[in-house]
Amino acid sequence: MLRLKNLTKTYRTGDQALKGIGLDVPKGQVLALIGPSGAGKSTLIRCINRLVEPTGGEVWLDDTELTHLGAGALRKARREMGMIFQEYALVERLTVMENVLSGRLGYVGFWRSFLRRFPQSDVDEAFRLLDRVGLLHMADKRADELSGGQRQRVGICRALIQNPKLLLVDEPTASLDPKTSRQIMRLITELCAERGLAAIINIHDVALAQMFVPRVVGLRFGEIVYDGGPNGLTPDKLTEIYGAEDWEATIRKVEDEEEIEAAE
Amino acid sequence: MPVLERGGAQVWQRRTMGERLVRWIGWLIGLVVFAVCWQKISESTTWFFVWDAPRIAGDIWDRATPPKWEYIARLGRPIWDTLNIATLGTMISLCLAVPVAFLAARNTTPSALFVRPVALLIIVATRSINSLIWALLLIAIIGPGVFAGVVAIAIRSIGFCAKLLYEAIEEIDATQVEAISATGASRWQVMAYGIVPQILPAFAGIAVFRWDINIRESTVLGLVGAGGIGLQLSSSLNVLAWPQVSLILLVILAAVVISEWVSAKVRGAII
Repeated sequence: MLRLKNLTKTYRTGDQALKGIGLDVPKGQVLALIGPSGAGKSTLIRCINRLVEPTGGEVWLDDTELTHLGAGALRKARREMGMIFQEYALVERLTVMENVLSGRLGYVGFWRSFLRRFPQSDVDEAFRLLDRVGLLHMADKRADELSGGQRQRVGICRALIQNPKLLLVDEPTASLDPKTSRQIMRLITELCAERGLAAIINIHDVALAQMFVPRVVGLRFGEIVYDGGPNGLTPDKLTEIYGAEDWEATIRKVEDEEEIEAAE
Repeated sequence: MPVLERGGAQVWQRRTMGERLVRWIGWLIGLVVFAVCWQKISESTTWFFVWDAPRIAGDIWDRATPPKWEYIARLGRPIWDTLNIATLGTMISLCLAVPVAFLAARNTTPSALFVRPVALLIIVATRSINSLIWALLLIAIIGPGVFAGVVAIAIRSIGFCAKLLYEAIEEIDATQVEAISATGASRWQVMAYGIVPQILPAFAGIAVFRWDINIRESTVLGLVGAGGIGLQLSSSLNVLAWPQVSLILLVILAAVVISEWVSAKVRGAII
């Protein structure tokens, strides 16, 4: 469904963030993208919906090639791709409801959105989603009144109300505590399963990735160095991705956490 | 080097010897310049008038007190005009300043090479000319009266409002804008949802702040014939009616105090 061919990005400073990435994401697959800071994870995600313009290669979403689309067609294509951000990126001074409905902006004309007169079907869907993530009672609160975990749920609703085929998730848990992190990861993977959504999740917490996703892609210096199941991430592999370090603790942590999880 | 080796111990000092010397010389030069200027000013001052000043001031004070209270009946209309000049002028200037600010802000300008310099030029040009001078120009063009005052205040305020607003636009959180763009929103929708909510508090603060300044500025516009209470002030000064002058000054003071109180309240409520 999503196919990246030889995708490259060279920043104006000369830094090669992506060096010919090729990646295939079938429909409904949730994939974790791991790698050290600066490996190009964020750039890769942003090159797909062209928040960052790729310098070369192709991005195919179903039968559309995205890198050469004009402004109007790009907007249409972006509606198919929901994005979730690290620091939530909610519009702080708008209410929860407005933030969720902003996910429909690609479908609604300017004046309707400006006057907040969204179609009733969109409003119904917004209430359904807020209910699904357990925030129905918060609909009228301003986004900056919410806690981190709640904000990220609103971010998820905003992405889902677009009715996308693909979720691009950029470090969804980096600003959250361990428990909330898991709840958010579980929510994202559950929702993807419910709706048959594919997702690319940038994540630096290897243990968390292993816990929730069936496929892990490791990125190092803009190149894919690992692509496989979560259990194939041996200390050797992690060393290849991140550099030398004692990985036994990380891997053991996963098992410990699973026990805690079971105890809960 | 601030760190020196002295007898095996590492000595740290804030400044090196050279830096201290430079500073000392800098202060010396400053002192000398001050002394020379003092002397020049002293030479070109007619000290007789200065020594006489307290007596003259006392004389004017005697004539000006008590204020001519019954004159207040004639001041209602002019002070109302002054308020209107300030309020209307501020509103017009805000309407003009918003587009200029969006054109001037680095992250929203359509072209940093061509449009932005023009917007910056508008900001600098309107800011650098005092509203009294604008009023003089406008009176020559559209004749004396309140309207000239309104336009003078409006033009003078564009630069101020646009400058503060474009700085606010440049400081917005870019990821919120990214998030809205990522939904497939159009350029105008990104502006309405991603940018406007972020700059709204700054906008309200700027509007009230400028209104407060404009009340003070519009009190003097009448001196050149652009309407408002300044007109009364200048005619009273011309006939040396000191009790009227003192009353006008009191009224202006009251208006400014009230406007400042209002603007402080409003800004406190928003921010």
